[in-house]
Amino acid sequence: MTSTSAALAPAERAVQLLGSDLSEVALRQHLEGLPAVDAVGLEARAARFGTRSIKTTSKAQALDLAIRMIDLTTLQGADTRGKVRSLVAKALVPDASDPSTPRPAAVCVYGDMVGHAVEALGPAWSAGKDDGINVAAVATAFPAGRASIEVKLQDTRDAVAAGADEIDMVIDRGAFLEGNYGKVFDEIVLTKEACRRADGSYAHLKVILETGELFTYDNVRRASWLSILAGGDFIKTSTGKVQPAATLPVTLLMLQVVRDWERLTGERIGVKPAGGISTAKDAIKHLVAVAETCGEAWLDPKLYRFGASSLLNDVLLQRQKLTTGRYSGPDYVTID
Amino acid sequence: MTTTTKTTTRLDVPKTYKLFIGGGFPRSESGRVTEVRDGEGRFVANVAKASRKDAREAVRAARKAQPGWAGATAYNRGQVLYRVAEVLEGRKAQFVDELQRTEGLSAARARAQVEEAIDLWVWHAGWTDKIAQVAGSANPVAGPYFNISVPEPTGVVAIVAPQSQGLLGLTSVVAPALVMGNAVVVVPAASSPLVAISLAEVLATSDLPGGVVNVLTGDPAELAPWLASHADVNALDLTGAGDLDWVALEVAAADTLKRVIRPEPGIAPETPQRILALTETKTVWHTKSRM
Repeated sequence: MTSTSAALAPAERAVQLLGSDLSEVALRQHLEGLPAVDAVGLEARAARFGTRSIKTTSKAQALDLAIRMIDLTTLQGADTRGKVRSLVAKALVPDASDPSTPRPAAVCVYGDMVGHAVEALGPAWSAGKDDGINVAAVATAFPAGRASIEVKLQDTRDAVAAGADEIDMVIDRGAFLEGNYGKVFDEIVLTKEACRRADGSYAHLKVILETGELFTYDNVRRASWLSILAGGDFIKTSTGKVQPAATLPVTLLMLQVVRDWERLTGERIGVKPAGGISTAKDAIKHLVAVAETCGEAWLDPKLYRFGASSLLNDVLLQRQKLTTGRYSGPDYVTID
Repeated sequence: MTTTTKTTTRLDVPKTYKLFIGGGFPRSESGRVTEVRDGEGRFVANVAKASRKDAREAVRAARKAQPGWAGATAYNRGQVLYRVAEVLEGRKAQFVDELQRTEGLSAARARAQVEEAIDLWVWHAGWTDKIAQVAGSANPVAGPYFNISVPEPTGVVAIVAPQSQGLLGLTSVVAPALVMGNAVVVVPAASSPLVAISLAEVLATSDLPGGVVNVLTGDPAELAPWLASHADVNALDLTGAGDLDWVALEVAAADTLKRVIRPEPGIAPETPQRILALTETKTVWHTKSRM
């Protein structure tokens, strides 16, 4: 199962699409045979999403939906248990002035903080069920991904064992840019396997493409297909550590891939833009892009997430504006 | 058109008076403008008519700029305010012209107003590094402590400027707010928007950091309620709101505990009290050592 072997790890989706004798050549032929991206058209299309008028009741719905889609994130070297506890407290009660405020989908932390997040969530922790707040952990030597596969897999297993419901893995961008698609593919397959819990269920796997390091839209499209073929449940734009992070054109492109995948197989893959989405206005543009690209079925936290930290406060301010009729200010939300 | 005929008339280059937000001169987000006409009904200029969203952007810009302005040394703030007076002096003719056209003043009276405004900037520039000595105090306490009270800026101040004497009225409310390090969102007199935006151009070229003063030309009755209720505004100066329902504005401001300056009786301009009305007193305890 190493990159040097011709045969790739058997991922069910890839076998179905590319045939049972899954090889790196077949994978390359498929990925490089994807049509090239019309960059100008893509950017023009993305720019149009900002022109939709989302007002009053639809704005209120969009804001609540945006909150429910947030993976409230802290990924700093300086993270402490206290920081994670306060992040969880924010997730439990996003706006103390309005108990009707929905909760975000998940809190996203480094693997070693998973246990603390689970403990702080207490009964609000979803523990793999549908209701409650998930704990997502970044793994596989996040954010660079520069470590041996054994280290990456152990990183993943640790987080899953500590209770992570979702694993955000990074792909090996170096291998991808070298054209070593098989190595990237194998790592995703192995990480997916490392997400298996003792009871046989799997933690959700989000595959971070780090689009800011892939340089071209064509590469983003290829990496998206590669990640889905290898078994990713979600494709995620970025770590948030590299600029540019989640731009709207890149997110749109990834949405087009999951839409095409659904048409091909009937299977729904999630998309998670992360990094750089800090205002409610941006978030609403993304929701418009989702609805107009994949359909309203995708307006669901199971299929679309925002990786963000400051976004929540801005959405809360907009929400307060809608409920009180006056503009709110940063004094009326928590300092993160 | 041939080059042989030399025309003596130039095409007019009329100026569009835009808003002043965050150090830039944007048009109103709403795209609205108001026509300004002189006493004889002749067209003078189009002036942007600010909307509530422009007010929101202005407050955001003011909030961003305020800590930097308050953090500048008092001496530096004084230099900047004096610089405003210097630049204003150099552009006196433009202000005289605009006041004549919008307020229908004689050249002499327009000139007198501009000069009075310039002097008022100088007066305030002088106060920046002195007001703390006048209003601050060392308080006697029963213990081995220094106990010191100093005035500090309130934060973001929303102002409805006086409705008469466009330039002087505007200066008399904006300058005192700036002395201690507040940031300002001001709605100038509806009748004299030209001098307000020209003053903004002066501020923009006087080393005043972008966003410290934001000017929203438009209808005070439309904009004031949004500023009064805005939770990120710390003080509301209603000096020029006498003709509005200013009690309702004060009520709206009370929701978020804003400091309010009422139009009646108001606070006389060119007094230290006018400056101190937009400050908060901070008291500090510090141990005294015998060493």
